[in-house]
Amino acid sequence: MAILLTHQDRVIVQGITGNQGRFHTRQMLAYGTPVVGGVSPTKGGSNVEGVPVFDSVKEAVENTGATASIVFVPAPFAKDAAFEAMENGVRLIVMIPEHIPVQDSIDIVNRAKTTGSTIIGPNTFGVISPHERSKMGIMPNHIYQPGPVGVVARSGTLSYEIAFSLSQSDLGQTTVVGMGGDPVAGQTFITILEQFRHDPATQCVVMVGEIGGSAEEEAAEYLSVLGKPVVAYLAGRAAPAGKRMGHAGAIIERGKGTLESKEKALKAHGAEVVTMPWQVADAVRSALAR
Amino acid sequence: MKQYEYMAKGILAQYGIPIAPGQLVESPDAAAEAVRDLGPVALKAQVLVGGRGKAGGIQFAQTPQEGAHVAQHMLGMLLKGYRVEKLYAEQKLPIEKELYISVTTDRNAKKPLVMASSAGGVEIEDVSDDQIVKRHVDPAIGVLPYFGREMAQALGLHDVVFKEFSELVVKLYRIYREKDAELVEINPLAVVDGHLIAADARLNIDDSALYRHQDVARVDEGSDLEQKVHEIGLAYVELDGDIAVMANGAGMAMATLDAIQYFGGRPANFLDAGGGASVEPTAEALGVLVTMKPKAILVNIFGGITRCDDVAQAILQVRNTVGIPVPLVVRLVGTNEKEGVALLNEAGIQAYSDMAEAAERAVGLAKEAL
Repeated sequence: MAILLTHQDRVIVQGITGNQGRFHTRQMLAYGTPVVGGVSPTKGGSNVEGVPVFDSVKEAVENTGATASIVFVPAPFAKDAAFEAMENGVRLIVMIPEHIPVQDSIDIVNRAKTTGSTIIGPNTFGVISPHERSKMGIMPNHIYQPGPVGVVARSGTLSYEIAFSLSQSDLGQTTVVGMGGDPVAGQTFITILEQFRHDPATQCVVMVGEIGGSAEEEAAEYLSVLGKPVVAYLAGRAAPAGKRMGHAGAIIERGKGTLESKEKALKAHGAEVVTMPWQVADAVRSALAR
Repeated sequence: MKQYEYMAKGILAQYGIPIAPGQLVESPDAAAEAVRDLGPVALKAQVLVGGRGKAGGIQFAQTPQEGAHVAQHMLGMLLKGYRVEKLYAEQKLPIEKELYISVTTDRNAKKPLVMASSAGGVEIEDVSDDQIVKRHVDPAIGVLPYFGREMAQALGLHDVVFKEFSELVVKLYRIYREKDAELVEINPLAVVDGHLIAADARLNIDDSALYRHQDVARVDEGSDLEQKVHEIGLAYVELDGDIAVMANGAGMAMATLDAIQYFGGRPANFLDAGGGASVEPTAEALGVLVTMKPKAILVNIFGGITRCDDVAQAILQVRNTVGIPVPLVVRLVGTNEKEGVALLNEAGIQAYSDMAEAAERAVGLAKEAL
């Protein structure tokens, strides 16, 4: 079982002929993802890794029955790509690019409310469902294994670190989702937790958060509804106020977005909050044993 | 990217929002000249930090002599950690009342948010919630005039100010959208002779959107070293510790700083070498850390897309060219780990596989170096 992405999803790659698009198409196919097509305007008729390339999403959907798209186009073209996917009925859209203007992200995620599309990202490593042998993203293939833990993270490499330590402790994952490191994103911790709540295979959820915004505080309110144990690790204890820590969204502004406020809210609502990433696996094991 | 007050006001003026006559001043002589041109002025330190008034960053001058004297004192002063290099001399305003207005992005609602208050002139964080009018904007519709009128009504405004405020909301939202602002704020929005005027302004532009705003002045508020690293395209923040840090990915880099602090050390910087960086940028990033003369360097890599052998090669490249004269601790796991570790071992460098062990070791070495 899994959330968001199952093996039923037929995936297209927007920007498939670029370096990143090509490389990750190969990785996704190797993992088992049913990549059925690619889109690259003016490159229609060619193929990448045996996957047919189309000039438009419309054409790709008509020919392949695609239900999901992963976007690799450069940031200035990402809004166009996302709207093209949404207007053509693509259900799940994973936005990989970093540095998409926030105004563009606002337009994308608000439009998605009307079209009913689910936007993951932008600035995300994507989503992977080990049981389903399907992934849409740039995460390494070998660090995941099937199991009962759902993981939702803002950061890519940090989530790899934690997923790998879980796998090494024989604590596999249902689905690992990246919300992305930008201030405005398609998903929040709450929307992902809602999904994990309805997934019977997910017995415990790991939240990997960081400074900036108040997504963790908002999510804390939802934990009693979730009804499953939550282990949280948040990064940025040593971060000074007013400085952007790599991610556009990772900034303590005007006293908001501090780690203390997030940890306090999560603890108050019953989450097990650990201070260091290597403490996550043990906390998950204890939570599952209870 | 933050804009200085005088830059922000320039943009407000382009959109037809009234500002007071003013001049940029970089010397006492220019300040005297400004008073001759404008009459009594407020001399305002141009620094990228709020609350400058209380910190002595706004002073007044009635005469040219006084202008020169005040400017002499203010130029070069340190204001909340920022060196004052420029003053903005602005005609002194007989303010009757101070309002507040801003447009910003509500991260949770994923929508623009307009906030206004009739209790202006203080930081909006210090105004109680019942004195603030907040309204979200549907980005597909934008701000139409009725939206401004409803906000003016909610603030209890009347007559000329009601009309001017309603129009100002529309203009301010246009700036927010068209200039890709993260924040555009007028505080105080002053009432002078029964008319509205922007007495101060803040404008922060979205870094990711700068490519489509060639006309907007570039401001890098980082230290010299931060600016240098930003130029090579890496995220870098200077901190006050003595253990230099490089990691791949923003989250990992933050977690690495936390780990150093956890073991009682003090990180010297935040440096994200990128989630999938190759040899050259990694070597360049490490080269920067060496120039900081830290007590130890910690490299923490979880190779996903980043290949451990690339990182190892970058480390060896830096060691063989500029040299690494301080203790170096490397944690290397993930893609091509064996190859990477072998390369380092051949060169006599030990590689850790455990993040905790590596962080503890780096802290230990930095303490020995004291």
